[in-house]
Amino acid sequence: MIRRIKEIVPGVALIAVLIAAWWVAVILTHSLIFPTPWEVVTGTWELLRNGTLWDHIGASLMRVGAGFGLAVCCALPLGLWMGWMSGAYQTLNPLFQILRPISPIAWIPIAILWFGVGDAAPIYLIFISSVFPMIVQTISGVHTIEKRYLRAAENFGVSRLTLFKQVVIPAVLPQALVGMRIGLGVAWLVVVAAEMIALHSGLGYMIMDSRNAGNRYDLVVAGMIIIGLIGLSLDKIMRMLEGVRWVRWRYAH
Amino acid sequence: MPTKIEVRGLKKSFASDKGPLPVVEEVSFSVNDGEFVAVVGPSGCGKSTLMNMMAGFVQPDAGSVIIDGVPRSKPNSKGILISQQGSVFPWLTVRENLMFGLNGHTSGNRMELADHYADIVGLKGFEESYPHELSGGMLKRTELARALVVKPEILYMDEPFSALDALMSLRMRNELLRILAKERHTTLLITHDVEEAIHLADRIVVLSPRPTRIQAIFDVPIAHPRKVSSRAAQDLRVTILRELGVDRDGEGQCSL
Repeated sequence: MIRRIKEIVPGVALIAVLIAAWWVAVILTHSLIFPTPWEVVTGTWELLRNGTLWDHIGASLMRVGAGFGLAVCCALPLGLWMGWMSGAYQTLNPLFQILRPISPIAWIPIAILWFGVGDAAPIYLIFISSVFPMIVQTISGVHTIEKRYLRAAENFGVSRLTLFKQVVIPAVLPQALVGMRIGLGVAWLVVVAAEMIALHSGLGYMIMDSRNAGNRYDLVVAGMIIIGLIGLSLDKIMRMLEGVRWVRWRYAH
Repeated sequence: MPTKIEVRGLKKSFASDKGPLPVVEEVSFSVNDGEFVAVVGPSGCGKSTLMNMMAGFVQPDAGSVIIDGVPRSKPNSKGILISQQGSVFPWLTVRENLMFGLNGHTSGNRMELADHYADIVGLKGFEESYPHELSGGMLKRTELARALVVKPEILYMDEPFSALDALMSLRMRNELLRILAKERHTTLLITHDVEEAIHLADRIVVLSPRPTRIQAIFDVPIAHPRKVSSRAAQDLRVTILRELGVDRDGEGQCSL
């Protein structure tokens, strides 16, 4: 317990020092626009009290859930297929390698053209940006299955179904999970950007709206900090999945 | 005893930068049903390649492996290979590993069989454990049990115990003999440890350096339980070591 506290102290101390420096800087520069940390706290309290914060968080999480969920459903089977069948890999990989580096921001005009200004456009942007890292990780998971395991399966002459259920999928799962962690991180990055255009809910919208409607920079900063904290929690949840029994073997030792 | 495996004129070379590198040069021998044959040879001589060809994982350039009168082309569960590095699935429990190769049984039946063999190799109480919770010796036992449970006619063992410490390796040898006394499998053992070969085998095939061919074949006319320190065993050991080019050898254990 004491060791745990000792591990946390330096990180917390740095954040405390930065907050203090920020506070001092705002006071010294007599800034009229930039908020002090305390103004951010009161701003957050205001958002919490009138309930809008929860609505925005809910809207953002819903979009991430939909886009990321869809991406997982596509990426895992596709990655397994491409990893296993070299024909599929050779056919699809060049296309994916070109699509992968396209920033989700570059997709925005087309997303709006195709899906309008509702929820579908940001969900599409989240999907397109999180699906590729997951495909790539899953493929590499298949490619790095150790030959000795495939050989053993061949030796016992098991059916294709058993081979997939008991060897390929469990062997790939830890790496696929790494892909999902990356994918979810990207999804959370993208949702905020996507909500800054043409939407009326979500944390991204909240930030833009706070600035546009009266330069409420206390709410802008509050929004940013909340985004950071939720992103951290999402990653923590994904990390917890590394402890489930299907993938624990990979991390044990 | 009828012939179980007949190896006829096996040849194999691998591609290298300097053109084809012959590894196995014309090897022929046969193994009787229920016989335990050890293959010893200097390291890198092509022992594993020979074993892989016999088990069907590597296709020979020439020659054939005939099992029960039928040429073998692909691996199957009639002959299970146990390798030095091991291939127990780390994501399955001991029981699930043992049940892995059991097709065509009902699930209750599979579990019963798996637990029976876990018991035989001394893993009772560890059926639910994952491989990362087991010691090196227990992993070997799991691998052995997974092979035995499908009742293979042939066991191919490629330096199965060489990654274990000396004591555990000796223990596993005795264990193997105990099991083989109960269920007589035709067994092929590849080893660089002459003592291990004398301890276990009915016959010992000595291979030459690469490209390998058979240099000599020795019978081991010593009744079980064997004492490796016995006169007969030591004499045989010296003879085999001489055959392998190790002329002078001191007291105690010596392996190549």
